[in-house]
Amino acid sequence: MDVFSKRKYLVIGLFSLTALIILVRLFYIQVVDSSYKISAATNVLRREINYPARGVIFDRNGKLMVFNQAAYDVLVTPREIKAFDTLAFCSIVGVEKEELVNELIKAKNFSRYKPSPIIKQLSSQTYAVLQEQLFKYPGFYIQARTLRQYPAKIAAHVLGYVGEVDQKAIDANKYYENGDYIGRSGIERAYEDELRGVKGISYKMVDVHQMVKGSFEQGRLDTAAIIGKNLVSTLNADLQGYGERLLSGKVGSIVAIEPSTGEILVLASSPTFDPGLFVGRERSRNYSKLLNDPNKPMLNRAITSSYPPGSTFKIANALIGLQDGVLQNVRYSCNGPASAPIKCTHNHETPLGLISAIRESCNSYFWQAFKSEINHFSTPAEGLEAFRNSLLEMGLGRKIGGDLYSETSGNIPSVSYYDKYFGSGGWNSLTIRSLSIGQGELLVTPLQLSNMVTLIANRGYYISPHLVRSIQEYDGTQDTLKFEKHTIDAGRDNYEMIAQGMEEVVESGTARASAKIDSVIICGKTGTIQNPHGEAHSAFVAFAPRINPKIAIAVYIENGVWGARYAAPIASLIIEKYLKGRIAPGRQHFEDAMINSDLISTMKLEGGD
Amino acid sequence: MKTTNNIWFNLDWATVVLYLILVILGWINIYAAVYSEEHQSIMDMGQKYGKQLIWIIAGVVLAIMVLSVDSKFYAAFAYHIYAATILLLIAVLFLGKEVNGARAWFEFGNIALQPAELGKFATNLALAKCISQYDFKIQKMRSYIILIALILLPSILIIMQNDTGSALVFAVFVFVFYREGLNGMVLFWGFAAAALFILSLVLDQFKLLLFLLSISVAAYGVLRQNVKEPLIGFLAIIAMLGLTWITDSLFSLDGTPLELLMITCTIATVLFIVYGILRRIGEVWRILLFFIFAIGISMSVNYFYKNVMAPHQRDRIDQVLGIKIDKLGKGYNVNQSKIAIGSGGVLGKGFLKGTQTKYNFVPEQSTDFIFCTVGEEWGFIGATAVLGLFLLLLIRIITISERQRSQFSRVYGYGVACILFFHIAINISMTIGLAPVIGIPLPFFSYGGSSLWSFTILLFIFLRLDASRTENLM
Repeated sequence: MDVFSKRKYLVIGLFSLTALIILVRLFYIQVVDSSYKISAATNVLRREINYPARGVIFDRNGKLMVFNQAAYDVLVTPREIKAFDTLAFCSIVGVEKEELVNELIKAKNFSRYKPSPIIKQLSSQTYAVLQEQLFKYPGFYIQARTLRQYPAKIAAHVLGYVGEVDQKAIDANKYYENGDYIGRSGIERAYEDELRGVKGISYKMVDVHQMVKGSFEQGRLDTAAIIGKNLVSTLNADLQGYGERLLSGKVGSIVAIEPSTGEILVLASSPTFDPGLFVGRERSRNYSKLLNDPNKPMLNRAITSSYPPGSTFKIANALIGLQDGVLQNVRYSCNGPASAPIKCTHNHETPLGLISAIRESCNSYFWQAFKSEINHFSTPAEGLEAFRNSLLEMGLGRKIGGDLYSETSGNIPSVSYYDKYFGSGGWNSLTIRSLSIGQGELLVTPLQLSNMVTLIANRGYYISPHLVRSIQEYDGTQDTLKFEKHTIDAGRDNYEMIAQGMEEVVESGTARASAKIDSVIICGKTGTIQNPHGEAHSAFVAFAPRINPKIAIAVYIENGVWGARYAAPIASLIIEKYLKGRIAPGRQHFEDAMINSDLISTMKLEGGD
Repeated sequence: MKTTNNIWFNLDWATVVLYLILVILGWINIYAAVYSEEHQSIMDMGQKYGKQLIWIIAGVVLAIMVLSVDSKFYAAFAYHIYAATILLLIAVLFLGKEVNGARAWFEFGNIALQPAELGKFATNLALAKCISQYDFKIQKMRSYIILIALILLPSILIIMQNDTGSALVFAVFVFVFYREGLNGMVLFWGFAAAALFILSLVLDQFKLLLFLLSISVAAYGVLRQNVKEPLIGFLAIIAMLGLTWITDSLFSLDGTPLELLMITCTIATVLFIVYGILRRIGEVWRILLFFIFAIGISMSVNYFYKNVMAPHQRDRIDQVLGIKIDKLGKGYNVNQSKIAIGSGGVLGKGFLKGTQTKYNFVPEQSTDFIFCTVGEEWGFIGATAVLGLFLLLLIRIITISERQRSQFSRVYGYGVACILFFHIAINISMTIGLAPVIGIPLPFFSYGGSSLWSFTILLFIFLRLDASRTENLM
């Protein structure tokens, strides 16, 4: 025997020790550590999401405003790509080669093993061509989606748009996950829950190429997708489109409400944009273009901008005075331009009562009315507090929309505001006199102005203005929405007095030349709002007809020179179109003038020098 | 005592049975790895398991042929076989077909041959012949050089084919030499160097230096066989380190911890030398030599690692040592492999029920990562059983080797055991993240004719030699 034969034990020992180390390691990863079992499940299981079609939106007459069209995203799994003819691919899908390469790099950086979208929202025509050729491009997949389509390019602000969810929305609501679409503004946002439906989820077993190999547990955990509900909007699509045309070239807005229901007929803001710009491949480019436009076309001025109401505010002032009982059978004198502390710009009879004061838009009268309203209480603070509360009750200076997204409240200055400026007790009605004619710190939205005349039109109530009338249930029935009714009991006679004054505004007052139409009594009020930055703003509020009003409207045109210049003609054209269906030949020059006037480029020219 | 020369009677049937069990288990797992509901039959020749079946049958035929050859042939022609294999290894560099970046295959129509596989048993034969020559003394320097040359020649050729994994196998012959009388210190230093290699990559320089310093002091204690001296040494080093630190802070020199430690080391070394000269202690020089040698190695490791190794080799080592974790990129294979094995649990998911392997999450699952299927479908129990069978086979081969009268047969037997051991240990270790992925097959399990046949030939030459253990081979 050789002397080294004992060394076999060391060799066998080494073999056994190695086996033992492997065994311990196997025991650890197979028995002790359970994380590998979870990883195995995530490897194999794939949650497939079936996106239901989003509900469509009709106007009040059943006209389609938003519908869906199939669109296709191209996804890529970088690991599975083989060399392919990039030029041919680019020409099919219509992208530049550099763009494709960039997207591929982005996808690779995201994950080499998971699919990521590289080309979004292809049209069905392009899809048809690509589908036939897809076998040439391993690693590329197509996922169907639906895109919003707009038959008429109107109501961009009202309808809002749909976009991919952001992290905030995901954190706020467990329903959403990356890649989902959500209503980002307007009706799309306000009625997101109804419109989106419920996405379906199914669990599939996949192989490493993400190829589906079968359902998991025979589909016991799967849920079906539920299609989104359709909405019937309160808008009148034709009138909305007409309103947007009248606003072209101007910065401003129109809000028209059906007084008896609070249903918004027109909610137009200018400048506007084609809602289709937020759909499809060009989406993000268009978005930043609109975002950077100095005229801020994405801003919904009708509800998110607030302005001093100017003389249109005299209606609210009058109503408060009548409510307080300080204006009945009272006449105030006016010295015209020589009046103090506020000049009156109009020449008219004096002294004059409420109806004439509205007709003539007499500053002197409303200053004195305001003084009485404030001094009716023992201190100016109490007076202002009561004044302010009455305004809030009327729906001025607070959010009033029943279903509006991104509405702003405006501002009615409070006692504490003036206390801060002038000290407690350091001010009185004279100090805050500009409130009497709707100037100063007072800020309201065009929607609130429209709602204010709705209150007069209804002689004492308004229903929260809203954009959606009913929701179509799955069984075909309409679920009509209910909105809050606000009543302000100031006496029928008092409302008639204001209505009379407003009728005279159009018949023989400040809007006689610009707002009068045949055989319909329009009750209106002009407003010319001093603007330190340029031309005065032009405002007009109205309702018509005087008996059983069908429409209440507010028009506000920035830098529109004076109330009767732009706002009154536009409002009267809308009313005429709505009530009579067409514009009388004698008034068509108004229509042409409004559509063709261009205040935006004029402003730009002025800004240039 | 009457002995018979009938090889069927003398054949070690226990090993044959183990071989057959392993080959069939391998075939079943290849079937499971590539299984799909659409496949028709387990005999489908268009699928990997169908082909493997052909190769198994061919392997059995090959084994019978190997057994039919006279046992004296292998000893007599050992060098010729070795020389022929070397020629093939050279030829493949020029005539071979490139697959996955390695120019390692000859292709004859549908059949591909990998000369590196032949290199294993050819080198084993040559080493056995060399060591068993009656005038061979393993302790002589000349012997070392011959043995190293025999190993290096095929290894370098295989590395030139870009198949580093297969070349590493040849390192395992050091255990054969050890059995045949190689100084145990060589083995010890080999392990020490390997440990140092890993430590240099894992530890930062400060910790490494501290570690080497401590080891040196401890080694001094072992050599001198006393505790007092190294203890004083330790305390002195700590005191010096403290002193340099205080000096550094006093004068605001802003030295890094590593710099402070290096200064301490230098001072300690000088004091140590002075101490050695004064006390006339010989061990001081040996320790000093060790210390300087170790620092030299660890420095060259970093250089070798950063400048000589290919990036993909570096990545694999990084993954195993946990220096870099990249589960989706470089570490994808191993991570998926661990997921497959780990998800098997105690009892496994059952035959054909493994989702990770069936749905191709594990790359190379029928070849290098075939053990994943075992781990996933048969669980810890199945994996342990397979591991046990392999260990049984290895121990059986060692046991048989020890009963050989001829040194040639014994050396060859150890070579067989060690080659199999290396493949089994590294292959399974790489599937569970214990070893870097170097792409070597699991003997008898992995899909592929070349490797199955080469392991069959390797093993059955030994069984043929064993069947004639009573004869005189030379």
